[in-house]
Amino acid sequence: MALETSDYRQREESITYSTESAGQGETHELLTLNIGPHHPATHGVLRLIATLEGEVVRDIKPIIGYVHTGIEKTAEDKAYWKVIPVIERMDYVSYYFNAMAFCGAVEDLLGIEVPERAQYLRVIHLELNRIVSHLIWLGTSALDLGAISMFWYCFREREKVLDLMEMSSGQRMHTRYFQVGGVFEDIPRGFARKLSGFLADMPTRADQYANLLEKNQIVLERLRGTCPLDEASLLALGVTGPLLRAAGNPWDLRKAAPYSSYDKFQFRIPVGTVGDNYDRYRVRHAEIYESVKIIEQALEGLPEGPFITPDRKVALPPRHELATSMEALIHHFKLVTEGFRVPPGESYYPIEGPRGELGCFVRADGSGKPARVHMRDPSFTNLQALAPMVRDSYIADLIATLAMLDPILGGIDR
Amino acid sequence: MPDATGLELTAHELRDGNEESILGTEFQRRRAVLLAAPAHVPLVLRVLHGKGYTFLASLHGVDYFPEEPRLGVLYELLDMQAVDRISVKTRVSTADPHVPTATEIHPGAEFPEREVYDMFGVVFDGHPDLRRILMPEDFEGYPQRRDYPVGGEPVLFTYNEERSYGKWQ
Repeated sequence: MALETSDYRQREESITYSTESAGQGETHELLTLNIGPHHPATHGVLRLIATLEGEVVRDIKPIIGYVHTGIEKTAEDKAYWKVIPVIERMDYVSYYFNAMAFCGAVEDLLGIEVPERAQYLRVIHLELNRIVSHLIWLGTSALDLGAISMFWYCFREREKVLDLMEMSSGQRMHTRYFQVGGVFEDIPRGFARKLSGFLADMPTRADQYANLLEKNQIVLERLRGTCPLDEASLLALGVTGPLLRAAGNPWDLRKAAPYSSYDKFQFRIPVGTVGDNYDRYRVRHAEIYESVKIIEQALEGLPEGPFITPDRKVALPPRHELATSMEALIHHFKLVTEGFRVPPGESYYPIEGPRGELGCFVRADGSGKPARVHMRDPSFTNLQALAPMVRDSYIADLIATLAMLDPILGGIDR
Repeated sequence: MPDATGLELTAHELRDGNEESILGTEFQRRRAVLLAAPAHVPLVLRVLHGKGYTFLASLHGVDYFPEEPRLGVLYELLDMQAVDRISVKTRVSTADPHVPTATEIHPGAEFPEREVYDMFGVVFDGHPDLRRILMPEDFEGYPQRRDYPVGGEPVLFTYNEERSYGKWQ
């Protein structure tokens, strides 16, 4: 009995399976292979339609949208400060960065200055988040290459960072710690000591990862010289972040256009030479050390002062004022019930995320809700570089390249 | 970001190339925007590319409902040598939402243009592969438009695919 295909299935078949003539008879047939959307090596719900000639990838088409949740649309229906929790869930591995880009864009529209202590606290948490993001990338990538133990080691250190995040904000992930105008709370007592302990530990741990991976012949052979892409092609495709730096371009917004006091810290930007998978691995691995250095300096030089803007029209008044000040109570009530209004305008606020330029575009129409929120997610743009990278290489290298590309599907589909 | 004078000079330079290419400028605290005529967007991008704005950082759509023309497409350009940003904005109506593609100048515009088409219904003429990218292929409507309601979207499973969107009308 022939099953009648539904309208949806018929339309699904309209996806063009790109073909290329191998032109050498039956022995050189092209095979179209579907990878995903549910596949452990795709780092999320990514579907790849690969055209193979034997073991060689001739073309690849990424199909995305399986975890599209309409966060940008949801954000238009929420007051500004309620947008932060939903926007943190876009790129679910780098939540502090999403919040930072959004808060930065709104602060830009409001024209408010963030206190220096808040900027430093933001830097500490951003860099902790960068370490977490790179640890997840390293663990899962090594898993793809067959090094299962790496996963446990990386997640062991990640737990420590999550404990720190829990300490400062009460949440382990999606902390909603960054607020418009500053951060939610000051760091608690004991945080600095615990953080110092972690910072003293982390470089040694990173050394151990390197010892495990870089003396492993299998890992080296799968990474070295595989799937390079030159700097010019990467720039044309809009690729930023570690992928671009691996190709030798030291573009990093923390240095090029410093935001949130990044100009006060001494750090270096790791760059690669040829832009192959090994360089991509080395650049991210080296960034862990640099993040540790930045946090050390930020903790050392953490200035005294308020942790959120004193502007009562934007930030909640401190709890103790509510019992004594009528004005504070009114501000609190107004902020919690309807939020604050943002003057009409548009802002694009780019920051350096763990995967590249993360820019948040916010359009305000004068009401208490944003009229448009758009996140320029680096994973989304970087995914375009996958096809040129893996064309004419082995399918095993495709898996390694996808791992080194570090796409986060929550960020791609938003 | 160029200052207000620099932005006007750039606009004049572009107008010298083509009188109708630039409709105006917008200058804000941290933002310089060139308002381009939809048909001349590739020309504007090409001239800016020659001036050093070689990197397309972001491309996104905006719905300016209830203003007319309603839809806007924004190109956030970046000059990596001078660390300088400039934005190009073009406005189209929902009745005739056509903008020439930027993929010939910036190949990286392919995915973002598909997203704008998917979410706002702006058609990029000359785009190599203009299909929906985030929504399902058979989705009807443009969800990021301001008049598209929030919520109530059924999740597509195999058991309800007969009754789900694309079928229910």
